[in-house]
Formats: sequence, structure tokens, C-alpha cells
Amino acid sequence: MPVDRSNDDEIHALQDRAKRMRETALHMAFSAGSNGAHLGGGLSLIEIMATLYGGVLHIDPKNPEWDDRDRFILSKGHGVLAYYPALVEAGFFPSEDLKKFEVNGNYLPGHPIMNMKKGIECSSGSLGMGLSFGVGVALTGKMRNKSYHTYVVLGDGECDEGTVWEAAMSASHFHLNNLIAIVDQNQLQYDGVCSEIMDMGDFKAKWESFGWDATEIDGHDIRALLHAFRCCLQTPVLKPHVIIARTVKGKGVSFMENKKEWHHGSLTQKQYESAIAEIRGVQ
Amino acid sequence: MAPLTPLNARIYSKLGQRGSFSLAIEEVAAQDEELVVMTADLTTLTGLTRFKEKYPGKFLNIGIAEQNMICLAAGMAKEGKNVFVTTYANFLAMRAYEQIRIQLGYMQFPVRVIGTGSGLAMGMSGNTHYGIEDIALMRAVPGLMVVSPADGAETTKVIHEAAHYPGPVYVRLSGVMNTPIVYTEEYPFAFGKAVRLREGDDVAVIATGTMVHESIRAAELLKEKGISASVLNMHTIKPLDTAAIRNACTRSNLIVTVEEHSIIGGLGSAVAECISETAGSPRLLRIGIPDAFQKVGDYRYLLEQNGLSAPQIAEKISITFGPGFRS
Repeated sequence: MPVDRSNDDEIHALQDRAKRMRETALHMAFSAGSNGAHLGGGLSLIEIMATLYGGVLHIDPKNPEWDDRDRFILSKGHGVLAYYPALVEAGFFPSEDLKKFEVNGNYLPGHPIMNMKKGIECSSGSLGMGLSFGVGVALTGKMRNKSYHTYVVLGDGECDEGTVWEAAMSASHFHLNNLIAIVDQNQLQYDGVCSEIMDMGDFKAKWESFGWDATEIDGHDIRALLHAFRCCLQTPVLKPHVIIARTVKGKGVSFMENKKEWHHGSLTQKQYESAIAEIRGVQ
Repeated sequence: MAPLTPLNARIYSKLGQRGSFSLAIEEVAAQDEELVVMTADLTTLTGLTRFKEKYPGKFLNIGIAEQNMICLAAGMAKEGKNVFVTTYANFLAMRAYEQIRIQLGYMQFPVRVIGTGSGLAMGMSGNTHYGIEDIALMRAVPGLMVVSPADGAETTKVIHEAAHYPGPVYVRLSGVMNTPIVYTEEYPFAFGKAVRLREGDDVAVIATGTMVHESIRAAELLKEKGISASVLNMHTIKPLDTAAIRNACTRSNLIVTVEEHSIIGGLGSAVAECISETAGSPRLLRIGIPDAFQKVGDYRYLLEQNGLSAPQIAEKISITFGPGFRS
């Protein structure tokens, strides 16, 4: 099937956005110094977040509590290196504020704290709660006949948590087709390869058997991401949707890619410069 | 809400705390468009069958998934729903502890967590179903209010007040049907404000939940032995009415706490924390469930095994306050 080129400009703009975000993420991680940051699972999430905040979510940064806005919940709370830059790009707070990342007493720590004025809908960090929370938000939307959609980003390692599946069960039970989960399937968790730590078997089939409409795509392909999100919004299927986005942990920085050691880490000056050079050289 | 009279006090007593909750929540539902009541597969056992039939649009069964229920409730509360979650106290306070901590304590969503069958009320069901650590766990969560009503009538007041409270609340319900009556007429109820039910000079008994009634009876028995005991209903364990405790300290030679909860971490511990920082405070006797799992039996058997009947409470106090007592 020929590729639809009608939205090339939009896709290029999102790719540029992702590139800026990846650079910002590295800068944030470097500025965190020895505190370190969750680099691997932040970098794997960049294109997903760029696409959501740049081309999918109905939001108004000038009115962050707009009643009809789409709701976004970062269930894998350690994904802040992609989340905070996405919020900056969308205009929820100035890039200057990123200097507050992992600074004592400030509002941008290593896991997000609910802050509606800054567009942060939910505190997270302890895994396995965000999808349940999203079910509550989406269910209320249904009860009120609201048009908003609820988006929840999970990690694939996070899906070891039983509560993810309690949530999955309840979402299909309540026919929440206004709920879209995205799994950042970077295939690595803290201790190593997900399938070796805890084999999830046929992951897509699991979601489907829980009553979800499931799609697998390349989570770094913005065209594919955009298409997948738009399919979720257009399909008449009365099921919740999950986009299983295959990604690379540490994406974009060759010495980090697919290395569990970079789940959380600190960058030396030399590593930082090398990473930035690589990202600027790409594309 | 109907004013409290000796007649409806008898109705609440007959229903017990759980049944009184189900009556009160129907009254809340009649006035509150945003109310949602959730259960984790205990509709009937939480006395909500009639509620479900009367208000199907305000009722959700989440299945046997307490953790999911708490997060779901938080998500709905975020969107402006007034959510009451219900199931057995032990499953809420323990199975869903971290969800309560993060979703309700940390984010401060005003969800009302109603734990039924707490303490030893689950009787023959055994230790898996007893709620003997819930106060300890719940009061350790920052920003969570912890309340334990004394009887059916007070349960209705707690539920009505909780429906308007701006933060998250844990309500601990215990006892069985035909629960003893503490209140037969209207009285001012406010969270965080203990109710002085009986005056006395020698001993100040601070009790919560079902032990309020036992303590009043114990005080009557002590009077026969020439010991004058006051009784304070500490229905709110957090925030604790420290002013009432300090006041009791200045008026009595012995402070006694009585609770249907483990001796570790409950009302006795909360009071100990307060009076240990109060200069010149009197001695403290903590009466509660010893740190052990139980030999299973019915509710009355369990109370007596743990020394929580009025005569046993009076006996412990009179031994402590007996000859040679030094404050």
C-alpha cells in the first residue's frame, strides 16, 4: 500500500520536535549530575510523547484545566525525560523551568507530581496504578457524555504488575473506547531483558484476550504512531485501545541503546557531548 | 438526615454500623448528583443491595480487585465524582495500602474509604478477615483522616459528614448487628473533636469504635468499686484531639485507652505519642488486642479472649489503679 504523503509537513515538524526533546532530555539528565536520571526509558518514549503532545492530544496550555481537554497520564512515572520536554514543547511551562529538574524542593523531580497548572494530571512513580486511574477518568467521561479521550502510557516491564491487568479487565468491562493505552515496549527492565525477567508470552494476544483493540507498531516511527492514534479515534469498535509501541531503550544514543545499565544513570561531560553530537548528526 | 431519637437509635442499633452506613448512604445519594458508591464484589455483605436497586447509576461493582477500585475511585474523584469505596476493612487497608497512600494520601483526592467488618467482627471467618492493624496502617498515611464511630447512630453522622469532607477519609466500621447503643439523642459531631460521655476524676478512659460502649459500662462497674472514671469517645483517631487528651491529663491520675485493634499502632499508640510529649502527664494503660493472631471464634468469644468486655476492662483498670498505684 502506498504511503500517504499528505501529512508530510506535520510528520517532519513532529520529527523535529522529537529531536529537540531528545536533546533536552540529555541536557536534563546531564544537569542532574550524580543524581542521575532514567535515561533508557525516557529516550525510548520520545517519539510517542512528541506525537501525542504535538499531533494528538486536544489540550490548551493556556487553560490547563479546560473541561473538555484530553487527559494524559504517565503511568511509567520514570519517563519524565520525555514527559517534561513534551510539556515544554506544548507550552505548559517555559524551558527555563527544566533547570528545576531534580533540584531540591522544586516541582520537577524524578517522578511526576500532579500539578494541573503545569499540565501534569497525576502523580506517578509506583508502577501499575496509572491505567486504573485512567479507567476512573475515562469512565467518568462516559458517565458525563464528555468527548475527551484518556491516554495512559505504560512501560512493558510495568505490565508485570497485576493491577495493570485488573485495570485492563475493568476498562473492557465498562466499554471504555475513550481510553487509549500506549505501552512503551522497549523490552528491557531494571534487571535485564523483560522476557527473561518475567516472560509475558504473546503480549498482544494478552491485551486482546482482556477485550482490548490492540495494535503493534514501531514506536519511533512518527507516521505509524500518528496513524495508530487516529485509527483509535476513528474506529467504531466499542473497546479500549492499546498501542504496543516497539521501541529501543536509550534510543538515539548508540552507547545507551539496548543497555540495561542505562535504565538509570549519570552522564559524564564526555558522554554528554558525544550523545548530543550523535543526535545532532542523525537525520 | 433524621434527628436522632431513642426510636431511630434502636433502628441503627439493630442494623449495626454496616447497616447504618447503608441507610445513611441512601440519604446522601438522594441529595448528591455526583455520588458514586463502589464495591469489590461485596454488594450484599456491605448492605448495598437496596442501594444498587434504588440508585443503579450511582453504583459500581469493580469485582474482587480492591487495588483497582482505589485507583479507579481516585480517577473519578479527580473528575469531580464524590466516591465512597466499600469492602471489608482488612482488604482495603492492607491489599490496597499503597494505592490508598499514593492515590488518596499523596494526591489528596477526597475518596471516602469505608472498611466494614473491622476489628474482630468477622468472627468465624477467621484471621484472614480480621481488621486488627487497619488503624495503624491508615493513620501512617500522610493526609488521610481516620474515623471509627462508636455506634450505628454515630456511623450515620460520620457518613453524612464524610460526604462533604474536602480530603480523603478512612472510616472503620466494626461490631455486629444489634450493636449496643451509645447515643439516643442529638449531640454535636465534628471530625477531630472527641466527645466527653461521662465525667470522672480518678481515671480518664479514651475509647474508640465499639469499645466506647464497653468503656461506659466498665466505668459504671468501676464506680461500684469506688473508682471514678470519665469516658471520652475518640471517634477521630487522626487528626487526634490532642487538646482533649491534654485536658484529660490534667484532670486524672491514670489514662486508659480501649480499642478493638492491635495494641501496636492504634488509638493507644496515638495517645501514647501525645502524652509522652506532655510534661507531667499521668501513667497510661493501653487496652487492645495483644500482638497475636487469634484462635477463631464468634465475635463475643473473641472480645472476651482479648479482654475487651466491660467487666474485663474494669478489672484491668482496677488492678492498675489499685493499692500501690503510682502515677
